[in-house]
Amino acid sequence: MGKDAISVVRQACRKFDHDGTRILDILWEVQQRLGCVSGETMDLLAAELSTHRIEIEGLVSFYSFFSEEKKGKIVIRLCDDIVDRFAGIERVAKVFSEELGIGIGETSTDENFSLEFTSCIGMSDQAPAALINETVVTGLTPESARVIARSLKKNLDPSALVKKKGDGSNADGLVNAMVKNNIRKKGEVLLADKVPAEAGLRKALKKKSEEVIQEVLDAGLRGRGGAGFSTGLKWSLARKAKDTRRFVICNADEGEPGTFKDRVLLTERADLIFEGMTIAAYAIGSTSGILYLRAEYAYLLPYLERVLTRRRRSGLLGKNIGGKKGFAFDIRIQLGGGAYICGEESALISSCEGLRGEPKTRPPFPVERGFLGHPTIVNNVETFCCAARILDGGPRWFAAMGTAKSSGTKLLSVAGDCAKPGIYEVPFGIGVADVLDMAGADEPTIVQVGGASGEMLNRGSFHRKICFEDLSTGGSFTTFNASRNLLKIVDYFLEFFVHESCGYCTPCRVGNVFLRERIQKIMEGYAVKADLDYLKDLSRTIIMTSRCGLGNTAPKPVLSSIDQFPVVYASLLGDGGEGLQAGFSIQKALEESRRIAKRTSMIYDPFYGGSSDESMA
Amino acid sequence: MSNGIVFTIDGVEVKGNAGQTIMDAADQAGIYIPRLCDVEGLEPQGSCRVCTVKVNGRPAAACTQPAADGIKVENATLEILNWRRDLIRMLFHEGNHLCPICEASGRCELQAMGYRLGILQPAKYPYLQPVRPIDASHPDIMLDTNRCIRCGRCIRASKDIDGKNVFGYVGRGIHKRVGVNGKNLAQTNVHLDDRAIALETCPVGCIIRKGLGFFTPIGQREFDRAPIGNAIEKTAVKKVKK
Repeated sequence: MGKDAISVVRQACRKFDHDGTRILDILWEVQQRLGCVSGETMDLLAAELSTHRIEIEGLVSFYSFFSEEKKGKIVIRLCDDIVDRFAGIERVAKVFSEELGIGIGETSTDENFSLEFTSCIGMSDQAPAALINETVVTGLTPESARVIARSLKKNLDPSALVKKKGDGSNADGLVNAMVKNNIRKKGEVLLADKVPAEAGLRKALKKKSEEVIQEVLDAGLRGRGGAGFSTGLKWSLARKAKDTRRFVICNADEGEPGTFKDRVLLTERADLIFEGMTIAAYAIGSTSGILYLRAEYAYLLPYLERVLTRRRRSGLLGKNIGGKKGFAFDIRIQLGGGAYICGEESALISSCEGLRGEPKTRPPFPVERGFLGHPTIVNNVETFCCAARILDGGPRWFAAMGTAKSSGTKLLSVAGDCAKPGIYEVPFGIGVADVLDMAGADEPTIVQVGGASGEMLNRGSFHRKICFEDLSTGGSFTTFNASRNLLKIVDYFLEFFVHESCGYCTPCRVGNVFLRERIQKIMEGYAVKADLDYLKDLSRTIIMTSRCGLGNTAPKPVLSSIDQFPVVYASLLGDGGEGLQAGFSIQKALEESRRIAKRTSMIYDPFYGGSSDESMA
Repeated sequence: MSNGIVFTIDGVEVKGNAGQTIMDAADQAGIYIPRLCDVEGLEPQGSCRVCTVKVNGRPAAACTQPAADGIKVENATLEILNWRRDLIRMLFHEGNHLCPICEASGRCELQAMGYRLGILQPAKYPYLQPVRPIDASHPDIMLDTNRCIRCGRCIRASKDIDGKNVFGYVGRGIHKRVGVNGKNLAQTNVHLDDRAIALETCPVGCIIRKGLGFFTPIGQREFDRAPIGNAIEKTAVKKVKK
């Protein structure tokens, strides 16, 4: 290990006071400056931080954005969301591959470039998209990919790729992104043109903290991440906890495929988010907060840091906030490492503590024992924004919108085959058909509400309503036209879960692999009716025995697609035929022999002597 | 007793203390709830999910779920038995388990659990047949990771009992595995007296003592004599006799 590398590691450790809970930040520094966290680096980090190499290795191997192998100076991460796939990310990948002379998962020999696929980066409304280091590039075509690759080869500068900046704060010098907000419908609560600054906080500080919680309860606010737990109840439980060191955490780990509404709130409503967190801190009696920002949104970090600095200067963070004597609160931003599971609140807490992002055993729940063992509330970005608006507009105003059990408005991230993909702020209770109309959906045939862990709908279900009583969603709403292959969508979701399962518990770690295997068997045309029973049976075991929400919902794409599209499945099932045992694929069975013999079969391959058909591989 | 609680498991009344897990109380009462990652003396982590029971109708891991007064626990129902069979099969199919040639055969908890739950041949799922390394770097200990079921008993034993960190989890999802604190086992400060490598810590045949294979004749091995869980159930029989 060179002297320079050693000093990079030591500097990073000093920067964070050798604090083991800040190890993710330290790993970010090291990864960015050295291109990897090698075995030697792990040894040094372990010594510097008084921990063990295996703990560091555990982290580096858990988070997608860290790597033990050396990565190129420029890492191109192509978004592998289903919308991006249908929008042609494969063709874009091919161009990058040709231009840079490397395949997916490879690093160029000059160590300038790495090319890889990554899970949804929150740009489904402008797909295909990619992350080039922290720079986002959107609306990619094979042609634009070629221009980008050539420009990068020339100057190795991703920021130079941003020619035309996006709207709103995307054009801010610290964001400097070509990302478009695509705000298609503004509602009264979040995206209205006039959202008065700090009005909610000012009103809250005039009330007792119990009264603040009561207002949130009266408004009927429920968690916007999708689970729909009562926000007021969560706050009151944390407030009642004996331990008076309490934490407020904002979940900005927006990882559900097809969701991008927090991206827009983070740029256009950053103050409202922090205002909501500050109100929550006042309500539960907390002095410190964390905004957990997903690694994919690292491009927003400098901008958000500046908003925090400005708030500190204006007396909206720090001591005696808003002139309220004795009320002190501050917020730090924790950058994630690339792991969908960290959107689960207890896994997010683990990650904030510098651990592998694995869910914690519950009970105890975070409101009793959360961050570093102290009572903690974790709420979604949108939830904090709603809370701030409730304190300003009043619970009655808020509860008048939406349905009986789902008050207020909801941000939907609409993407897929439609004329107007983007953000729609709609009152809860809106019908699926209405959303499709607004978005100008093209021949909507399959609609996925709630992302990978959500529900798949056929045409006969478009009367259903978006609310906690019917279809709950964290915001993802994806429409597919009649040309899209249902099984490809299901297979994508399962691939996503296999990749993003933390692996802690058996059913989620292993079961999802088996689900995917069987869906692929159906795609290949070798499945029989019994395979559907197998899928349902396996799904049930995974749902009932998994340890957290990821495993509890991972089989949903399988079950809801079988339920909603039985005819599609039936058309793909066979009875074996040609005297062969049902479900047996002679081609698949031959693959191994072909590989070992390094030649094709005289009987089963029509072009004997050539290489085996690629489609069989 | 002020903190005493009473609840039922499959309709049988069980007495316990507040603060106990369902598993603890069941063990005390001589009711066996199948488990693999949980073992006496280590903090439970609820990862294998074999101890899944229903508590007032909702699934929970008995090893981590607190017992509470008046709860209704379901344990030995056909529905739960089938879940457990599926979980055991998943573990068999995930790794490479060749019982007839394995040193742990007869004392292997995975194998014994398969037999107890009525699985004679795990054939329901596809075999993943992963390519996994063998770490034979240490002069006295060998790790055959083909047989590892990610229960983490060695990790917790090393941390919590030995006060070391010889083992730890690395990777994610299906690639999650148990790693060692160094390039290989020989580079760690593992010691033959460590609880982490004691025979009873690894439930399968992953952590192996060199020179100590097949030391018990067939017919006299632990689970040749009685099925897994028998030691716990025996205490219930005694209690009834009293």
